[in-house]
Amino acid sequence: MTEAQVWEALSEIPDPEIPVISLVELGVVRDVEIAEGRVRVEFTPTFLGCPALEVMRDQMAAKLRELGAEPEVMVISDDSWSTDRITPAGREKLRAAGFAPPAPRTAEGPKLVQLQTGSFRCPYCGSTDTALENIFGPTPCRSLRYCRGCRQPFEQFKTI
Amino acid sequence: MSERAQLLLPIADDELVLGWRNSEWTGIAPFLEEDVAFSSIAQNEIGHARALYQLVADELGTTADELAFDRPPEEYRCSRLVELRLVPDWAQTIARHVLYEEADAKRIEELKASDDPEVAGLAAKIDREEVYHRMHAEMWRERLTDEPRFTAALEEIQPLLDERGEHTPEFAELWEEMTMVRRSVAGATW
Repeated sequence: MTEAQVWEALSEIPDPEIPVISLVELGVVRDVEIAEGRVRVEFTPTFLGCPALEVMRDQMAAKLRELGAEPEVMVISDDSWSTDRITPAGREKLRAAGFAPPAPRTAEGPKLVQLQTGSFRCPYCGSTDTALENIFGPTPCRSLRYCRGCRQPFEQFKTI
Repeated sequence: MSERAQLLLPIADDELVLGWRNSEWTGIAPFLEEDVAFSSIAQNEIGHARALYQLVADELGTTADELAFDRPPEEYRCSRLVELRLVPDWAQTIARHVLYEEADAKRIEELKASDDPEVAGLAAKIDREEVYHRMHAEMWRERLTDEPRFTAALEEIQPLLDERGEHTPEFAELWEEMTMVRRSVAGATW
């Protein structure tokens, strides 16, 4: 078994809440290591209160067992996950499914004034004439915005 | 008790208890957007509590759940401010939110500078989420800045922020609620 096969297998696992994107595209798999039949995966949660955390961990372990490996999935609660880790392919899949992908993180982090005035693009019509409706949304990772162009509310990934 | 436990348990207790109090607005906030906001903030705070308890649990050889739910009420070290049951008083709820987020921001900054890399790393992760709580609190502070009920609430509850040790009378009832399911079946793993 090679590391590439492990990455390939993990990339088949959809995100439990937004299944259009895989865990690998979401950027939550930080590292893969193989040693003597054991596969060690470092996994960084997106939001700490994410209820899908255990599901993701168990699905990764199950996938590795299918490959015939003894899995060791380490949950790493440090600062290494950011929405900047979502891959370009992952971002495009989010957009196509109606979730506006997160804006790139700036050095000083997100600011309210940016959310209120920044040019966030509607995932449906592409207009940037959009307004912040709610900093919070149906899950911790999303905000709600409204597009004045096509008069649609939409979900915007928070930048973290 | 270890240095890490001394440092993190009061913060974890604050986040857990405030998470419970914020969740009391789920379904009954003054309008739907705030229902969503307070529920989401509650979820984040409880997630932070879980991660903080986990760091302490790793050191003490216990689990996050045991620290969160199996301690007697007198061992919780949360601030009296987070213990208050404020439903249905929206002005006081926002006043607590503003006061708490401001104090929490300073505390997280200090933790980010910790010599303990696990503590510093977790604090930085928590801070990425807290940024949005602070934006929300700031938005409400601006909106209510001249509202007498809000300014009176700030003045009234502010002194409770730094009071820890002796619980408010309503904490006993909250502890009962929080730990009820876990106590109902001894040794169950849910």
